[in-house]
Amino acid sequence: MNESQYNYKVVRQFAVMTVIWGIVGMLVGVLIAAQLAFPALNFDIPWLTYGRLRPLHTNAVIFAFGGSALFATSYYAVQRTCHARLFGGPLAAFTFWGWQVIILLAAITLPLGITTGKEYAELEWPIDILIAVVWVAYAVVFFGTVATRKVKHIYVANWFFGAFILTVAVLHIVNSAEMPAGLFKSYSAYAGVQDAMVQWWYGHNAVGFFLTAGFLGMMYYFVPKQAGRPVYSYRLSSVHFWALIFTYMWAGPHHLHYTALPDWAQSIGMIFSLILLAPSWGGMINGIMTLSGAWHKLRTDPILKFLIVSLSFYGMSTFEGPMMSIKTVNALSHYTDWTVGHVHSGALGWVAMISVGSLYYLIPRLFNRTEMYSVKAITLHFWVTTIGIVLYIASMWIAGVMQGLMWRAVNEDGTLTYTFVESVKATFPYYVIRLTGGALVFSGMLIMLWNVIKTITVGKAVEATIPPVAAGSELGAPAHA
Amino acid sequence: MDLNTIRSAITVVAMITFLGIVAWAWSSRRHADFEAASRLPLEEDDAPTVREKQQ
Repeated sequence: MNESQYNYKVVRQFAVMTVIWGIVGMLVGVLIAAQLAFPALNFDIPWLTYGRLRPLHTNAVIFAFGGSALFATSYYAVQRTCHARLFGGPLAAFTFWGWQVIILLAAITLPLGITTGKEYAELEWPIDILIAVVWVAYAVVFFGTVATRKVKHIYVANWFFGAFILTVAVLHIVNSAEMPAGLFKSYSAYAGVQDAMVQWWYGHNAVGFFLTAGFLGMMYYFVPKQAGRPVYSYRLSSVHFWALIFTYMWAGPHHLHYTALPDWAQSIGMIFSLILLAPSWGGMINGIMTLSGAWHKLRTDPILKFLIVSLSFYGMSTFEGPMMSIKTVNALSHYTDWTVGHVHSGALGWVAMISVGSLYYLIPRLFNRTEMYSVKAITLHFWVTTIGIVLYIASMWIAGVMQGLMWRAVNEDGTLTYTFVESVKATFPYYVIRLTGGALVFSGMLIMLWNVIKTITVGKAVEATIPPVAAGSELGAPAHA
Repeated sequence: MDLNTIRSAITVVAMITFLGIVAWAWSSRRHADFEAASRLPLEEDDAPTVREKQQ
């Protein structure tokens, strides 16, 4: 391979697959949202039942859509900010094909009911091993590129991407420790409440490092690029980075309030979740304030609209999260659809919108274009998605609080006021509104697919030459001088 | 030594480390370096090599 050029091919592959997997994952999401409103839509086919499709939806949107977006953007940003081609030659291509095989295996095994039953870690042990191998290859490519960089400084986006890659490797390997019982079945290495604690240590750090640190890496590269301005405060970026690293690890127990987990562990989880508000808002403020002095660009640039609104949703959901981790609030919210609303405010509002905005910046550059085929279609996508997300989370907030209040209501003689099924019946209209919101977000992705196909058709796949490092610049000093 | 003493010590060490990072980030000597570092992504132009007229 030509060492004087950036590796754009693997970035292109992951970028295009991000759109494809986003559509697949959200289509499954729309289907199961429809099933909650109209249960007959599982057609009495076991493979299409809610219990099997729900993990397919979460795996597809988090790991296939979000994962591909992170691969694409981290590979692009690390090369451009290190002035170096991706390290390891064919290893980058291996991570692409390996990741696609993992996604296909997930799409086959989960509808068949093959699952470990651990949330966000449902895949069985042979696939777990493949994930570990591909992830280690990803780490070698990424950190190898950083190690062979031509500039002295490691840009902050790479710190976030690096923390995400390293932590996800540790989380995945520890939580997936299991004893095989045949090819399609295994038992966790942990038992009882320890198993639950390991699972939610994994689960919440998947939120903290996969869905937060990784996408903050994306934010720290693509927001300054699209705004044409340096990040608001570089020192804030380094302080909130370390604050996130020090605190996220301890927040997991808030998923286990009022369970067999010892009270002190629950309280630690709650306190660290509350502390997390500070570093989370540090990132949000830093991203939004990058635009200070250039707010007018927000009026005309739909890509900036995506990026800045995603940061607003990030700020909202990282306020909501600590609040829901307070034990008395959790007593109302847990097991209700409020949790589902909170997750989607983060996953659709923050993760999906920052990814879509970054891809609209990235894709034309990979196909030798200055911008997407249709900028108007980006604006349309933005409004369709925003309205869809607001419908989704508002309906789930109302539904969740209503469910929590109905479940805890007692008559004077101490009996329950409502049966469970009465709360299900009362939720019906909100399930229909949520389905509408989800369908809007999904149709936004179809607009994006059309725009991407058009951009690829009129454009041409290109590679970019690594520019010489500017002499005299302090940053330009060779890394090993 | 009691395991809990070690645990407490690690918590204190982690807190001091973090405060050290804050002091380091806010030291005036970092200012120029951070200024230069924040311009890193903007210093290189990643616009396509062949600029095409858009339709």
